[in-house]
Amino acid sequence: MASGQVSKRVKFKSSVKDPGTPGRLFLTLERLMFKPNSPNSATKLNMEFRFVKNHKYTKEGSNKAPMLNLTSSQGVSYIFEFESYDDLHVCKECVGKALSKTGETPKPIDTSEVPSEQPSTEELLLRMNMLRENSELQNLHKRFVSDGILTEAEFWATRKKLLGGNFSKKSKQRTGLKSFTNKVTFTLTPEIVREVFAEKPAVHRAYLDLVPKKMSERDFWSKYCRAEYLQHAKNANAAAAAAAEAAEDEELALFLKPDDILASETRRKIRCVDPTLNMEADEGDDYTHLPDHGIVRDGSKEITESQHELYIRTLSQELNRHAAVVLQGTPIDEEQLKDTQTVAEALKQSKQGQNASNEETDMNANQDRLSRISKMMEIDDLQASSDLPLAPLSIKDPRDYFDSQQATALKNSRDTSIGTDPVKRILSAEESYASLRDSISHIKTTGLVDPIITPEVAVKVLSVLTHNISSTNYDTGKNHGLTVLDTLPNTIKEELLYHWTSLQELLKHYWSSYPITTTYLYTKVSRLKDAMSKIDSQLQELKESVQSDLRHQVTLLLRPMQQTRPFVQALEAAMQHYDAELQKRSARSGDRSNGYT
Amino acid sequence: MTSVPSKLYSDDVSLVVVLLDTNPFFWTASSSLSFSQFLSHVLAFVNSILLLNQLNQVVVIASGYNTCDYIYDSSSDASQLGSEDGRMPSLYSNLLQKLEEFMIKDEKLGKEQSQRAIKSSLLSGALSMALCYIQRVFRSGPLHPQPRILCLQGSPDGPEQYVAVMNSIFSAQRSMVPIDSCYVGAHNSAFLQQASYITAGVYVKPQHLDGLFQYLTTVFATDLHSRSFIQLPRPAGVDFRASCFCHKTTIDMGYICSVCLSIFCNHHKKCSTCGSVFGQAQSDTSSTSDLKRKAPET
Repeated sequence: MASGQVSKRVKFKSSVKDPGTPGRLFLTLERLMFKPNSPNSATKLNMEFRFVKNHKYTKEGSNKAPMLNLTSSQGVSYIFEFESYDDLHVCKECVGKALSKTGETPKPIDTSEVPSEQPSTEELLLRMNMLRENSELQNLHKRFVSDGILTEAEFWATRKKLLGGNFSKKSKQRTGLKSFTNKVTFTLTPEIVREVFAEKPAVHRAYLDLVPKKMSERDFWSKYCRAEYLQHAKNANAAAAAAAEAAEDEELALFLKPDDILASETRRKIRCVDPTLNMEADEGDDYTHLPDHGIVRDGSKEITESQHELYIRTLSQELNRHAAVVLQGTPIDEEQLKDTQTVAEALKQSKQGQNASNEETDMNANQDRLSRISKMMEIDDLQASSDLPLAPLSIKDPRDYFDSQQATALKNSRDTSIGTDPVKRILSAEESYASLRDSISHIKTTGLVDPIITPEVAVKVLSVLTHNISSTNYDTGKNHGLTVLDTLPNTIKEELLYHWTSLQELLKHYWSSYPITTTYLYTKVSRLKDAMSKIDSQLQELKESVQSDLRHQVTLLLRPMQQTRPFVQALEAAMQHYDAELQKRSARSGDRSNGYT
Repeated sequence: MTSVPSKLYSDDVSLVVVLLDTNPFFWTASSSLSFSQFLSHVLAFVNSILLLNQLNQVVVIASGYNTCDYIYDSSSDASQLGSEDGRMPSLYSNLLQKLEEFMIKDEKLGKEQSQRAIKSSLLSGALSMALCYIQRVFRSGPLHPQPRILCLQGSPDGPEQYVAVMNSIFSAQRSMVPIDSCYVGAHNSAFLQQASYITAGVYVKPQHLDGLFQYLTTVFATDLHSRSFIQLPRPAGVDFRASCFCHKTTIDMGYICSVCLSIFCNHHKKCSTCGSVFGQAQSDTSSTSDLKRKAPET
C-alpha cells in the first residue's frame, strides 16, 4: 500500500459463470495488470484506470465469493475473484483511490469518441442469443438487415424489450452511480440543521444539552448522520444493527429512539380530537383484509412485527412529521441562518413562546372538551323538532309494486302445484310448525336417511351437472373452428404467414418513422415502401401460382376487409399515406421555391 | 374463531355460512322434498365440509318466517370431540337441538305478528347476520379462513325485503364474499340469482331433489381457491331487464324518473311513484330544469 502498488492472488473471469483463470492482479494508482499463473494462457490484461468507468464488488456476509467487477468505458466488464474478503477490501480501497484520482483529472478524449449507439459486447451477445432461439426473428433479420432494408440498429430499436430487463437495468445503474468512492456523504447547512431541529425536537434538545459541553459540534453531527444512515437501511438486519449500536452508544441511542417530545405533543393533539370520533370503530372498515391492499414501499409490504420495532421509522411517520412542520411554518430570519448554534437558540426561543401558550390552551382544553361532548352528544329524540320549511316527498309504498309482481307469480305457482298436493295447502301456521318440529324429532330418533343418496341418483345428478357444463363449453368453443388458413396446403400457409410477419415488421418500422422530420427518415421510408411493394408483388405471384380452386380462398384472404388477414388493407393504407405525404412534400417544396425565386 | 389464531391459514381454508330455510309454510307445502330429507342432506354436507380441511369452519343460520338466528358454529362447538350420544355425532344433535329451540321461538313470535301475504322466509335478515359474522372474522386478524355464504332456500322471494336483500348483496360484493345459492323451491328465485351473479357465486336449482347431497358436494364443497380451476355450472343468463311500473311488462328500454328511479314504458307528465313533474322529453334545456323539480303541488 505504501509503495502504491497492491498485488493479490485472483481468478480473472469474463463473466460470473466463467470458472476463471488463476493469476495475480497488480494495482497501482494509474493502471491495473493481470498476469495468469500459467504462461500459456492468453488471458492477460493491462489497462489504465482512466478507462475504468465503474466498479462493483460483492458485499461481505452474502454467500457469494468475494468478487470485484470493473466496467470499462466500452461496457466490457472484468471480474476478479479473490481468495478472501480481506484481499477484496484492500483492492477495493486501492481501486476507489485510483478512480477518484482519475475522476479529478480531465477526462481522456477517447471516451467521447465512442459513439453512444455502439452496442456493448453484452448486448451483442444477447442479440445473437435471441436470433438463435427465435427462428422467426432470425428469418426477419436475415431478410431485412442483410438486404439493407433496415439497419442493424433500426431492427433492434423496436425490440428493446425483447433484449430483456437485465440489460436495460444495468445501463440504468451505470448512469446512476456517479461517486467513485465508498463513502456516504451528508451535507448539512444551517438551513438543513434548522429543518432537522424543527422536525426532530429530541435532536434539538440533545444539541442544546450536549454541544459544546460534552462533545464537539462535529462529533454531534457525525453521530446524528450515523443514526440517520442506520435508520435508512430498510431491512430487518439493519434494524437489528441499529439496536445493537444503540445499546453500546448512549448518544447514538438518543437519535435512534422514537422522539419522546414528539410523542407527548402527539398525545396532547389526540386529546384535542373531536371526542365523538371513534377511531377504533372504523379501524376494520377498509380493504386491508383483501389481497393487494396496503402500503407498499420499495416493492415490499412493510412488516412491522420485528422485535426491533422501536428502531424502525416508517415512511408515513416521516412524511407526516415533515408536513406538520411545513404547515406550522415559522418565518426564517436570515440572521438566524449564520451557524448552527444560533439556529438552535432561535428555535428554542420560539418554542418557549409556543409552549407557554400550549400550557394555557391545555388548561382550557379540558373545559372545552367537556362542553363539546355535551354539545355533540345531543340525542335526536329529545330535541325539539326543527321546523324548517320542507316540501314533503310523496313516495308511494314501494311494496305495492312488488306485491303485485309477486301476486302474479304466486298465482302461477298455485295453479301448477294445487292439483298435486291439495291437502298440505290448507295447513294452518300451528300445524305447519308442529309438522316441522315432528320432522326434526324424527331425525333425532332415527338419525339421517341411510344411505343419504342412492348410487343411481348420484350418478344421474353427476351426469346432469357435467352435461350442463360440457354443453356450455361446446357452445362457446364453436366459434373457434377452422379458419380459412387451415384449409390451405401447408406450404402456401407457411408462405402466407411468412409474408405476414415480414409485412408486420415493415409496417411497424414504416409507421414509427412518421412524421418525417429528417432526410434520414425520408430515405428509410422510401426504402421500406419499396420493400413492401416487393412483398405485394410476391403475394400477387403467389396468388397466381396456386391452383384455381384454392385461388379463391387465397384471394379472399388477401382481399381487404377480410377479418382474418387484412394483408392488402394494411399495405394499401401505408401506400396511400406515402403517396399523400409525397404530394404534400412536393407541393410544399414547390411553394417554397416559388416564394424564394 | 378464538381457538385458532396461532394456526396458519392457507388460501384453501373455508368459512361457510349456511343459510337454512326453515319456513314452515314452505316445507309443509313442499311435496318433492320433505324437511327431514332436506336436513339429512344438509347435515351430511356440513359434516363433509368440516372433514375436507380441519381448519374449515361452518356456521349455520336458520332463516325462519318471523326471525333468524345462529343455530350452529363449528368454532364454538365445544363438544365436538365429545362422545356421540348413541346414534348420531354431537354436531348433528347440537344443531338439531338448537333448531328445535329456534322453531319454538319462531312460532311464538309469529303469534304476536300479523301474517304476510307471501309466505317468504327472512332471507335479508339471515344474509345480514352472515355478513356481520364474516366482518367479525375479517377483523379478527390478518389470518382468517376464506368466507363464503351458501343460501339453501326454498321459500318464494319476499318483495318487502327487496331493498334489504339488495343492500346485503352489494355489501357482500364490496367485501368480496361470494353468495352461492341452491334453490329448492318451485320457481327460480330472482333474489338469489342476482345475489350469486353480482357476488360471483354459483346459483343452482337442482332438478333431482332426492340427489341434493350430490349437488351440494359437487358444486358447493370446493374452497374458493380451488374454484378458479374448476368448471362449475353457470346459469345460462340472468334476466336483468326491468319491469315497468305502469303496466308491469318487461322492457328493454324505457323512461326513468330522475328523482326516484321508477321505470316506465312510455313518457308520463308526472311520476306516478313520487309525483315529480317532468318537462318535455324533446327539448333539452327545459327538461333538465324541470326534471329536478321534485316538490309536488300538494
